[in-house]
Amino acid sequence: LLVRNCHFCVFPRWCFKLLSGNIFFSLCCLWFSASTDQELSRGDSDESSLWFPSSAKLGRWKGNSRALEYNWGIPGIVYAQKFGVQFYSVLNVNRSHQKLLILGNFSTELNTEHTNAPAYHLILEGILILWIIRLLFSKTYKLQERSDLTPKEKEELIEEWQPEPLVPPVSKDHPALNYNIVSGPPTHKITVNDKECINFASFNFLGLLDNEKVKNAAQASLKKYGVGTCGPRGFYGTFDVHLELEERLAKFMRTEEAIIYSYGFATIASAIPAYSKRGDIVFVDEAACFAIQKGLQASRSNIKLFKHNDMVDLERLLKEQESEDQKNPRKARVTRRFIVVEGLYMNTGDVCPLPELIKLKYKYKVRIFLEESLSFGVLGEHGRGITEHFGINRLSGQGYCFSASLPPLLAAAAIEALNIMEDNPDIFQTLQGKCKRIHRALQGISGLKLVGESFSPALHLQLEESCGSRENDVKLLKRVVDYVSVPIVFKIHCCLLI
Amino acid sequence: VVVKTPAIEDIGAERRENEDICSVSVLYFQKNGVSNGSPYKKPFIEHFERTPMYVAVLTFLGFGVGTIFGYLRDFMRAWGLEKRNVAAEREQQKDFVPLYQDFENFYTRNLYMRIRDNWNRPICSVPGPQFDLMERVTDDYNWTFRLTGRTIKNVINMGSYNYLGFAETDANALKTVTKELQKYGTGICSTRQEMGTLDKHIELEKLVARFLGVEDAMVFGMGFATNSMNIPALVGKGCLILSDELNHASLVLGARLSGATIRIFKHNNMQSLESLLKDAIIYGQPRSRRAWRKIIILVEGIYSMEGSIVRLPEIVSLKKKYKAYLYLDEAHSIGAVGATGRGVVEYFGMNPDDVDVLMGTFTKSFGAAGGYIAGKKDLVDFLRTHSHSAVYATSMCPPVAEQIIRAMKCLMGLDGTTQGLQRVHQLGKNTRYFRRRLHEMGFIIYGNDDSPVVPLLLFMPGKIGAFARRMLEKNIGVVVVGFPATPITESRARFCVSAAHTREMLDTVLKALDELGDFLQLKYSRYSKSAHPELYEETRFELED
Repeated sequence: LLVRNCHFCVFPRWCFKLLSGNIFFSLCCLWFSASTDQELSRGDSDESSLWFPSSAKLGRWKGNSRALEYNWGIPGIVYAQKFGVQFYSVLNVNRSHQKLLILGNFSTELNTEHTNAPAYHLILEGILILWIIRLLFSKTYKLQERSDLTPKEKEELIEEWQPEPLVPPVSKDHPALNYNIVSGPPTHKITVNDKECINFASFNFLGLLDNEKVKNAAQASLKKYGVGTCGPRGFYGTFDVHLELEERLAKFMRTEEAIIYSYGFATIASAIPAYSKRGDIVFVDEAACFAIQKGLQASRSNIKLFKHNDMVDLERLLKEQESEDQKNPRKARVTRRFIVVEGLYMNTGDVCPLPELIKLKYKYKVRIFLEESLSFGVLGEHGRGITEHFGINRLSGQGYCFSASLPPLLAAAAIEALNIMEDNPDIFQTLQGKCKRIHRALQGISGLKLVGESFSPALHLQLEESCGSRENDVKLLKRVVDYVSVPIVFKIHCCLLI
Repeated sequence: VVVKTPAIEDIGAERRENEDICSVSVLYFQKNGVSNGSPYKKPFIEHFERTPMYVAVLTFLGFGVGTIFGYLRDFMRAWGLEKRNVAAEREQQKDFVPLYQDFENFYTRNLYMRIRDNWNRPICSVPGPQFDLMERVTDDYNWTFRLTGRTIKNVINMGSYNYLGFAETDANALKTVTKELQKYGTGICSTRQEMGTLDKHIELEKLVARFLGVEDAMVFGMGFATNSMNIPALVGKGCLILSDELNHASLVLGARLSGATIRIFKHNNMQSLESLLKDAIIYGQPRSRRAWRKIIILVEGIYSMEGSIVRLPEIVSLKKKYKAYLYLDEAHSIGAVGATGRGVVEYFGMNPDDVDVLMGTFTKSFGAAGGYIAGKKDLVDFLRTHSHSAVYATSMCPPVAEQIIRAMKCLMGLDGTTQGLQRVHQLGKNTRYFRRRLHEMGFIIYGNDDSPVVPLLLFMPGKIGAFARRMLEKNIGVVVVGFPATPITESRARFCVSAAHTREMLDTVLKALDELGDFLQLKYSRYSKSAHPELYEETRFELED
């Protein structure tokens, strides 16, 4: 059995042959001894006999250490000892010693003065030994050989395999294939497919996109630095404007430090895995945006979703975790815990209850990741985002940068935008005023309901009743859009998708 | 020298024999012997000289000493004998689980920190062939830096990926970019599927497709995200990704996000790839034993840390034989190789249709930002509808798009000059000159003779810092890379040759390298060939007599 199954094991095959041979051998010896030996009755109470029963007697001839050497020199016997110390203890000393010598291929002077075994014993044992030798040198029977494919079969398999196409075909009238092409800058007026509209679709909340000052700052930067940085931050991709922007951002947000990434989408998606690793636990709001979801996926942490803005549900999860931690405090000491929320949710248009979150944070010792793509520069008296909105100070400290660097002209533009935000804090008031006005104005349209906060610049209009399928919903909304002929509809579309 | 010969069955055996008998120097210069029966149209020579044993031992010793001292200093910090500079937790958060585990940070704290001044060096000019560095000093052994306000002028830039020299500030060249900036501003504030598809993007995409000779292309705002957001759109559960072991982090991230099974083959090793392909098709998916839905091979054109060029002809023949798909990341190779700068596909004289997904970035040769994916119309249409990037990420800003358009037009000669072509030729010339001289000096350098990425092996951790600092003293900015970006014994300096480098600049760098190589004892190569320069081109002399 062992020989047959040895392919499951990492040991070389011969090990098993030796082992199985010895076990068989030992069993036979046991049988012999039990049937014939007088020494059985004598018993061997010597302490050392348990470990190596015959050593004491062998020692009579050669001294203990020598005898032990023989034994340890033969792995099979050592195995056999583990399996059957007992039957060794009942073996005839001389006989077992003989076997040892034969097995180990030792040509030593064998003291045979005590040999008094009957002839049939020797014959049978001789057969046994021959059988073991045969077992050792016989060609091993391999299970795999039967299942191995022939090269021809392999070729056939390769020939037969047909992969799926790289991409499934896309129907030509897919909405995303018929892009709305914008010509000219997407400011408050936008030309979509050669038709001029009022722009309600871009995230240009503060109207800084076509600001002359911003453009001029970018222009100056272009003159000095060119367009690209030709390198990541580590390898000469750090420009003085990057450092300035980071410093200014930190000051503006009143944090210790700030880090800029070259792409909005990449920021949260790579910041989460930078801190939260495999085995850590992240509590995430259900409505978290796609970038957060990707970041969580990349972090390979343990993810727990709580209901959107539901602090009771979050606390329930935290409590669950706490009781889990008490069970395994050692693991809990090294498991980082994070809550990931958005300042202003892109998917729902409402804000997170930050004060409650902060309370929970200290109560359960969890860190908070706050994604402020939408709330930064929108909420709060000075546009510092959700923290200012709730009057909460600085959240947490440092970060580290892993990404390729931002074109300097964009950094320069961002610095200028910060300048404008600092110099004219009333633009936030203007924005808030406008938000509230349109929020009021959009209320009470029959068939559509408005969700989100009144101060949020991203408004979500939802169908009050679904027409059954998502496709029909989208079609209906599309018709609304075409009727209004303002690009605002795209947001509605998005909202439904989510 | 490990000269990788084309591993095509019929000539393989014979060549392998030759390798054993021939003296290494013959193989080293081998230029004529590879065309026979091989898919390569011209010699394909790559160098990966094995690390000398004593160097490897000394390198490990160096890391050992660093580690021992690291533990000693950690011990001293724990007992308050040394000031702790590590960011400390705020008082209210003292009993939180630490953000960084102590051991995870050991390397950063005790080894990287000693030579941290060689990275993130701030610059304050265009990253052209020469740039201005902001001088910085540290008062606490690299924990924090202080800018002195002075600048180090005209440092020769051997670090930026400015292969074709399009990172420039020439007002005439940037005329159109300026115009677009004034017209559109800097932002888009929307995504591709919403209101972020400008006429500029359409123009750029058409141009990219024409430049690459494919049906269609799509551009994205960030190079890294092009990989990490689009691979998940192409493959998923039940698919197999075969990825080169040295692939860039963005490809690795994309592969992981996709949820497909990932298997790694040895760098540029076709036997390894073929056996993986074979096994994958024969044995199917693990456990369920179902056939794979599709198999995609992820490779890069030029590997940025090795300077090696992908063995594209062999990969294409393997891919055809086993019906796999090929995703080629040309981040470093587009613009940098090929007779007219069209990347590795042109370098090997192949048909772009042989590669299923052509991906590349504009950050390097084009001196801009962003990336593209090009290929068959079906593929690009699918990405337009399903790519995460198209749905969720902001689109490329117009002045950046214009920079790419202008650079690409220049390369294609659409601006009415041959300037673009000259740049490509200049880059090739500079590359070969620089590589040849380094070989002569006896440095161990890795990679293909035609690759503008030139890694010079430093091996020992102590030499990383010494090398970069000394080079800066000589007014040369270099990039040095160590563990974990490279294997632990193979720390290296990396030079990126540019078409904008003049012969004088390269000579200055080479002279400095020669001196420094002697000073730091960096000339490890056992096959230097400085004695008889007139015999360099001779290939057969040892066999004739």
